[in-house]
Amino acid sequence: MATAVMTRLDPSTRAAAHGWSDLTIRNLFIIPTILFLIVFNIFPLIYSLGYSFTDFRASTNAPANFVGLQNYRELLNDDFIWRNFAITAQYVIVSVTGQVLVGFGMAMLLNRDIPLKGLLTTLLLLPMMLSMAVVGLFWKLLYDPSFGIINYALGLGTFEWLSNPNMALYAVALTDIWMWSPFVMLLSLAGLSAVPKHLYEAAAIDRAGPLYTFFRITLPLVAPILMIAIIFRTMEAFKTFDLAYILTSQPTTEVISIRLYKMAFQEWQTGRSCALAYIVLIMVLAITNIYVKYLNKVKER
Amino acid sequence: MRKTLTGILAGIGLSLASGTSAFAQELTIFWAEWDPANYLQELVNEYEKETGVKVTVETTPWSDFQTKAFTEFNAKGSAYDMVVGDSQWIGAASEAGHYVDLTDFFAKHKLAETMAPATVKYYAEYPAASGKYWSVPAEGDAVGWSYRKDWFEDPKEMEAFKAKYGYDLAAPKDFKQLRDIAEFFHRPDEKRYGIAIYTDNSYDALVMGVENAIFSWGGELGDYATYKVDGIINSEKNIQALEAYKELYSFTPPGWAKAFFIEDNQAITENLAAMSMNYFAFFPALVNESSNPNAKGTGFFANPAGPSGDQFAALGGQGISIVNYSENKEEAFKFLEWFVKDETQKKWAELGGYTANKAVLESAEFQNATPYNKAFYDTMFKVKDFWATPEYAELLIQMNQRVYPYITGDQGTAKEALDNLAADWNATFKKYNRIK
Repeated sequence: MATAVMTRLDPSTRAAAHGWSDLTIRNLFIIPTILFLIVFNIFPLIYSLGYSFTDFRASTNAPANFVGLQNYRELLNDDFIWRNFAITAQYVIVSVTGQVLVGFGMAMLLNRDIPLKGLLTTLLLLPMMLSMAVVGLFWKLLYDPSFGIINYALGLGTFEWLSNPNMALYAVALTDIWMWSPFVMLLSLAGLSAVPKHLYEAAAIDRAGPLYTFFRITLPLVAPILMIAIIFRTMEAFKTFDLAYILTSQPTTEVISIRLYKMAFQEWQTGRSCALAYIVLIMVLAITNIYVKYLNKVKER
Repeated sequence: MRKTLTGILAGIGLSLASGTSAFAQELTIFWAEWDPANYLQELVNEYEKETGVKVTVETTPWSDFQTKAFTEFNAKGSAYDMVVGDSQWIGAASEAGHYVDLTDFFAKHKLAETMAPATVKYYAEYPAASGKYWSVPAEGDAVGWSYRKDWFEDPKEMEAFKAKYGYDLAAPKDFKQLRDIAEFFHRPDEKRYGIAIYTDNSYDALVMGVENAIFSWGGELGDYATYKVDGIINSEKNIQALEAYKELYSFTPPGWAKAFFIEDNQAITENLAAMSMNYFAFFPALVNESSNPNAKGTGFFANPAGPSGDQFAALGGQGISIVNYSENKEEAFKFLEWFVKDETQKKWAELGGYTANKAVLESAEFQNATPYNKAFYDTMFKVKDFWATPEYAELLIQMNQRVYPYITGDQGTAKEALDNLAADWNATFKKYNRIK
């Protein structure tokens, strides 16, 4: 096997001139990566699984005691944790739906011959290139009831975007939609431009209406790539921390990752927070799996 | 080739050698990012002049001060030689062995006698009344109030106030007056509001704000010796105090649901509120005309009394502790010896630090130095603090979870919030075997 691989190295390359084999190059590039993954990803993952069955607290010198499933049992019986999950679900639905509608809409608008298309696309992509913390800080100023520009522009007086417990989550989701719609737009645009033009011509000949064309041609053909965008955005929205943490401290915006952060690094309940992290991981995996199954189904069509 | 290699190695060796020798004469103090940390840096520059030991005050924003400090402690890191830690950390940090025991140091310098009693009790001693000390009181602090003296002294306002409430408009003596004045000045149409209070629930701001009401109502958070909370945290007094705090929230500027020291000082500098709750440590900025255009019209008062005449305030402030994992413990002890000297403490007060040294606090020189020093002196002898047990962070988050929705979100009643809190705290104390 190894020799077969080795022979494939192009003899004219500089690596071959140095007397390196393909195997050497493999070892040079892949082994450090794998080691890095094992040390910084796999090892902590397994180690924290162990901690999730203990009452370990990193802030004390007390040894960790094995408590079995107690952490999981208590977490899943905790009303506050369930409320955090409900808030997270609400946030994911609002934010991802908003991003898909806005992003796909923008892509439809851009998928035609308009002047300065390249420049427009680039400008529209700017929000997602900013840092989350920066976006959070300046949207906090935009939302300010006393001097924020949003209330001024919309004539809302002293409407409290972030202090109103019923509004705060939507305000955070709105910021997320502003920031990440361009991402959905970019992927949708790639999908849209790949739809063969002759399909539209055939539909036009058959006198298909614009709605029929959209639902029977455009959407099914863009669906696989749109699903990928939705998977990415759902995973990210589920794990969201920065925006919600910076914008507001309402209990109605305490998504699960904020609760997890507080449990792990303010209360130092290391064991229990490991258990919560695992619950979150399993949920994200489950949701992603459903999506991937659906994605494969869409692709088969 | 070999020559270059030797050269490089020699270079590395030399820089390492000189590096270590420089470290030996350096000390790092970790604190939160605020004005007192700048004053401390100025103070320790004097120490460098005297001894040649360079002391650096490293800071981080308040919101992650606790997280960053304990991450370093938990990793047994030696990045900080000393830390000016919050009073409620002392249980967690001493039980886990993060702090060096300063009991002998206390005895040698008679600190229990020379420092204000409240600062010794809350910043230095753990467990309560054990005679074991873990830190040297450094920055005394408590919650006080600033107010717009110019608004209060406006003859028209004074007349209107007297006509409406039947007594003279002046700095409030009790919570009833505080509430009346807040209501009186609350004029959303004119973009003027009654009062600025703490509401941020990400660390201890909201809880300290509520404590001001609870303690002045004569209430307590619990029995710190027996961990009994039932009937104490949810007592009738505390329920009334919490209701009063919620009522004050209705007289705050719009969007006042995440307010801490920055917002509360802004309320005065930006003409938003008539009165504002804040730590004394933030008052220097209010008498400085470059940071407060209303400096001349700003006055100060101590936390007012409750209905039965009790008058207390929530304690802030920090003591300075030596980190057990420091590689310069001996140097750190030498520094502390210099820090507790009377003349250093005097200098510390002059720079803007709030000394805990009794002699300096009692001197007329200190009390007349600023418009708020007298109120500070009065307050420092009637302060109370939050739990200092190692699990205080859980207690704090539970209190935020129960109290915040009631105050800012209008959910449930004060009794429900405090009954639920008592249940949460009981469960937590059971979990850590404090009670059966």
